[in-house]
Amino acid sequence: MELLIPEVGLVVFQSIAFLLLLFLLAKFAWKPVLGAIKERENSIDEALNKAELAKQEMARLTSQNQDLMQQARAERDEILKEAKTLKDSILNEAKKQAQVEGAKLIEKAKIEIENQKKAALAEVKGQVSSLSLEIAERVLRTQLDDKTKQEALVANLLKDVELN
Amino acid sequence: MDCNQVFQFKFNRLIVVFALFSAFLLGSPRVNAQVDTLHSAEKSHGETAEKKKFEIGKFALHHIADSHSWHVIGEKFIGLPVVLYAEGKVVTFNSDDFKGDDDAKVVVEKDGQRFVKMHEKIYFASEAANEHGQYVALNEAHHAENKRPLDFSLTKNTCTLLLSVVLLLVVFISVANGYKKRAGKSPKGLQSWLEPVILFVRDDIAKPNLGHKYERFMPYLLTVFFFIWFNNMLGLVPFLPGGANLTGNIAVTMVLALTTFLITIFNGNKHYWKHIFWMPGVPVPMKIFLMPLELIGIFTKPIALMIRLFANITAGHILVLSLICLIFVFDSLWVSAASVPFAIFIGGIELMVAFIQAFIFTILSALFIGMAVEDHH
Repeated sequence: MELLIPEVGLVVFQSIAFLLLLFLLAKFAWKPVLGAIKERENSIDEALNKAELAKQEMARLTSQNQDLMQQARAERDEILKEAKTLKDSILNEAKKQAQVEGAKLIEKAKIEIENQKKAALAEVKGQVSSLSLEIAERVLRTQLDDKTKQEALVANLLKDVELN
Repeated sequence: MDCNQVFQFKFNRLIVVFALFSAFLLGSPRVNAQVDTLHSAEKSHGETAEKKKFEIGKFALHHIADSHSWHVIGEKFIGLPVVLYAEGKVVTFNSDDFKGDDDAKVVVEKDGQRFVKMHEKIYFASEAANEHGQYVALNEAHHAENKRPLDFSLTKNTCTLLLSVVLLLVVFISVANGYKKRAGKSPKGLQSWLEPVILFVRDDIAKPNLGHKYERFMPYLLTVFFFIWFNNMLGLVPFLPGGANLTGNIAVTMVLALTTFLITIFNGNKHYWKHIFWMPGVPVPMKIFLMPLELIGIFTKPIALMIRLFANITAGHILVLSLICLIFVFDSLWVSAASVPFAIFIGGIELMVAFIQAFIFTILSALFIGMAVEDHH
């Protein structure tokens, strides 16, 4: 039973010592300790958040890069396609032009040939006429050497005239 | 799963050991009654015991009680200063002046006043000795009936109290310095030993019971937790710096429980008081019926806190002492083969109890404070 009766002295000492301990520990130990723990937890949280953000940023950049690559590829394809069509069109154009040019040349050549032909024909005609004149002259000369033959000729010519 | 199995295994083993132990205890009183010609093996200082039988209860109670001297080893004791407030005067002397007497047989005269010590309590001495040479008047229960001066002596418990306060301050201020020195870095040394415990108090005791208001009560909860834990551990040390049964002393647990009680009632909000005096949500006769019950409840909670800590620690000490005393009860060295391992085992349990009781006191304090400051639900 004696154990259950608190001693006044110890009650007083315990009260003083405990309150003093509470005050001193609260001021010099718990405040810095809890503050430091909280601060560290906050900084860890912050670091984790930052890491998460960095990860997201990374993912964003990667996807952006991919987008850019795709875009670049598409652009390249576009350019290639364009170049191809351009080439085709240039070729076609060139072909057409060549054809036109060729046609023109042929036309020219034809005209030239025609001209040449005409000139040649004219020349031939001239030559033929001069030759024929010469021949005729020769023939006439020979024929007109004798009188009978001249008369016959005149008669013939006259016959023609009459016919006309 | 693995852990669970291990725990289960240990728990089963505990049950077996306890069963054995209780069988042992049940057996002992019978033996005790039979052996009545045992010589007293233990002589408490100054006692030239002529008692035939070794009194295990007396011995254990003597060891867990407060004392005016501090046992060093064998027959050596350190006398502690006695400070009395008697008849309006402060009287001081050393407890050595009693010359090791604890039966009111040696009178110390100081400043015209006469004192005797009996069962570690100081009384005003009677004019003349009784038939046993004791300067006190005894009643039928052999308790002294003399008046007592107010005793503010530096007893064994007071010294341990001061020692533990210094120890706690040194330990935790050095831990706090660790945080200042390595701000934002991982803990080291003592700091990393105690940080998990501090976090345990914060995350498992304060936060679940106090909610977002926990920060205000953290200093108290941490102080009371470490005070009880450190002193429980010191009490388990059987030699000099320890050896006192501080947390098993009703005065100490009373002050601790009183602190929780005062914090509770001074922080109680209007919902708390309304729940006590005019319980909402029940019919009026019930409200009137509940009021005294709730009012009693305010006081029974801290009283339960006080008794729980006191009883658990005291019981542990008595258990260990009793096991050791079995050697003297049977007056045979062979008993030590059984009683010493048992005492060591109980000592191991006491190490756990030291932590558990600190935890229980703190969590119940947090719970009571939490009930008082809880927001309206």
